[in-house]
Amino acid sequence: MAITVQGVSKRFGDFQALDKVSIEVEDGSLTSILGPSGSGKSTLLRVVSGLEHPDQGRVLIFGEDMTHLPPQKRGVGFVFQHYAAFKHMTVWENVAFGLKVRRRPKREIQTKVAELLELVQLGGLAERYPGQLSGGQRQRMGLARALAVEPKVLLLDEPFGALDARVRQELRTWLRRLHDEVHVTTVLVTHDQEEAMEISDCVVVMNHGRIEQSGEPRRLYDHPDSEFVMSFLGYANRIGDSLVRPHDIRIHLQPGADALAATVRRVVFLGFEVRAELEIPEGQTVRVQLTRSQAAELSLAPGQTIYVDLAHSRRFPEEREAAA
Amino acid sequence: MIARFSLRLVALGYLAVLLVLPVAWIVWSAFGGGVDAVWRSATAPYAVHALLLSVLIAVIAVIANTVFGVVTALMIVRHPFPGVSILNAFVDLPLGLSPVVVGLSLVLVYGATGWLGPWLTAHGITVIFSLPGMILATVFVTLPFVVREVVPVVREVGSEQEEASRTLGATAWQTFWRITLPSIRAGVIYGVVLTMARALGEFGTVIVVAGNIPGVTQTLTMYVEAEFQNFDPRGAYVASLELAVLAILTLVLMNVVRRKGVA
Repeated sequence: MAITVQGVSKRFGDFQALDKVSIEVEDGSLTSILGPSGSGKSTLLRVVSGLEHPDQGRVLIFGEDMTHLPPQKRGVGFVFQHYAAFKHMTVWENVAFGLKVRRRPKREIQTKVAELLELVQLGGLAERYPGQLSGGQRQRMGLARALAVEPKVLLLDEPFGALDARVRQELRTWLRRLHDEVHVTTVLVTHDQEEAMEISDCVVVMNHGRIEQSGEPRRLYDHPDSEFVMSFLGYANRIGDSLVRPHDIRIHLQPGADALAATVRRVVFLGFEVRAELEIPEGQTVRVQLTRSQAAELSLAPGQTIYVDLAHSRRFPEEREAAA
Repeated sequence: MIARFSLRLVALGYLAVLLVLPVAWIVWSAFGGGVDAVWRSATAPYAVHALLLSVLIAVIAVIANTVFGVVTALMIVRHPFPGVSILNAFVDLPLGLSPVVVGLSLVLVYGATGWLGPWLTAHGITVIFSLPGMILATVFVTLPFVVREVVPVVREVGSEQEEASRTLGATAWQTFWRITLPSIRAGVIYGVVLTMARALGEFGTVIVVAGNIPGVTQTLTMYVEAEFQNFDPRGAYVASLELAVLAILTLVLMNVVRRKGVA
């Protein structure tokens, strides 16, 4: 295992940021820690990096107990949400910083920095100051700076959180490609489920300072252990005490055994996908996702009465709710 | 248009009356008897001694309070401890106290009959009426400037850059010199300018602590006052001019330091 966290707890005053958290991150993987704000995901990452000290528990990196080591001795690379660019240094100096404080030979620094700047596509901007870069460029510089010291693990704290949607999408795809090229074990903290699903090998879902569930993105989506995981990873309709995904709802024109009568309120065509809003007798709105051909077959129109089959809905035991 | 013009006129007029006229008058008066007379006044032994003494005290005060100020500011913002609000309040004390009171209190503590006086005398250390007392007094009155300038800057810069530096393998020392200090440089420089100006211009505290012994404990400001009282206005004007030149030199020097290496 590249990273092992065992029973880590951390408290800030009255706030329990982490509550006996244990995770394992496989060597060479890209793992996302996903959760809403205040779930403890950033604190967990900071504990792994050594920027925060746990009240309890241990942190191992490649089997070595790092719990009591300061960040500078852990061999981790850290990328910050707001870039943490060294404003008084050029892009080149920023990337070279880790090598300079390690007193590496000049020639080695020159080669390494040039190589990294090419890798993050900032080759022509070496002499610029961070203030002269766009957000996306600054974050790529942050990444190059972290990679320069050849960290054993790379930790990214909401790296694309401060960027606009288009740049975020671009960088996300680019980061996955970069990871496939560089192969350094990477842990990324995010509150964006789409981001986590898209780029990670493994997703760890956190809530209230605890791990809700972890595993491959697809497994988490298809087999959520809790209501929280189901509703946080993608949209879920709540009908009574069960949850159902918009694309798991079957629509029939004739009443059936387990079908619920509903009225179509709105139909939206989004190219391949068709979204419909239905109203069920209790007055609740249910979102449904259909393919174009399914929608054409049913010829859905507002006001129409249809019957929904909720066979794919899920229920979660009450106790989990109470525990959270 | 007219409003803006008259506003400018008021601002410039205000500056002219308060600042430009008196300074110009000093320059004019100093050179009134020709360059030779200025040179003679400037090179009078007591004048030279006073100038050197003032510069020496100011430089020591600047160094001491810059170190103290940066460390204290970092402590107040980054590592607040239980008594930090008391420390914070004490830093401002010299701003509120009259310089004469500060001088007197120093005499009470370090004077021959003061609390520490006898012990100091027994160990061959004289504080009052000598250089150590003058330095002490100047350091005391200039204490707040660097702290007050640096605290907001440290707050604004935040700790992310320092955290980044640590994760990149820099030791605490390397982080301080390469990241913290450069990023708070503007605040430090401004604090130094204020400290220097106050140290050079200090009069009340130092005169109480040091007496006003020409050639021994007479600083440049005291020299100005003494010459003026002695009906030698030229000596006073020339010494005043020196003070003004020192102030301008400080500003220029600090501007050079501030611009170095910044885009």
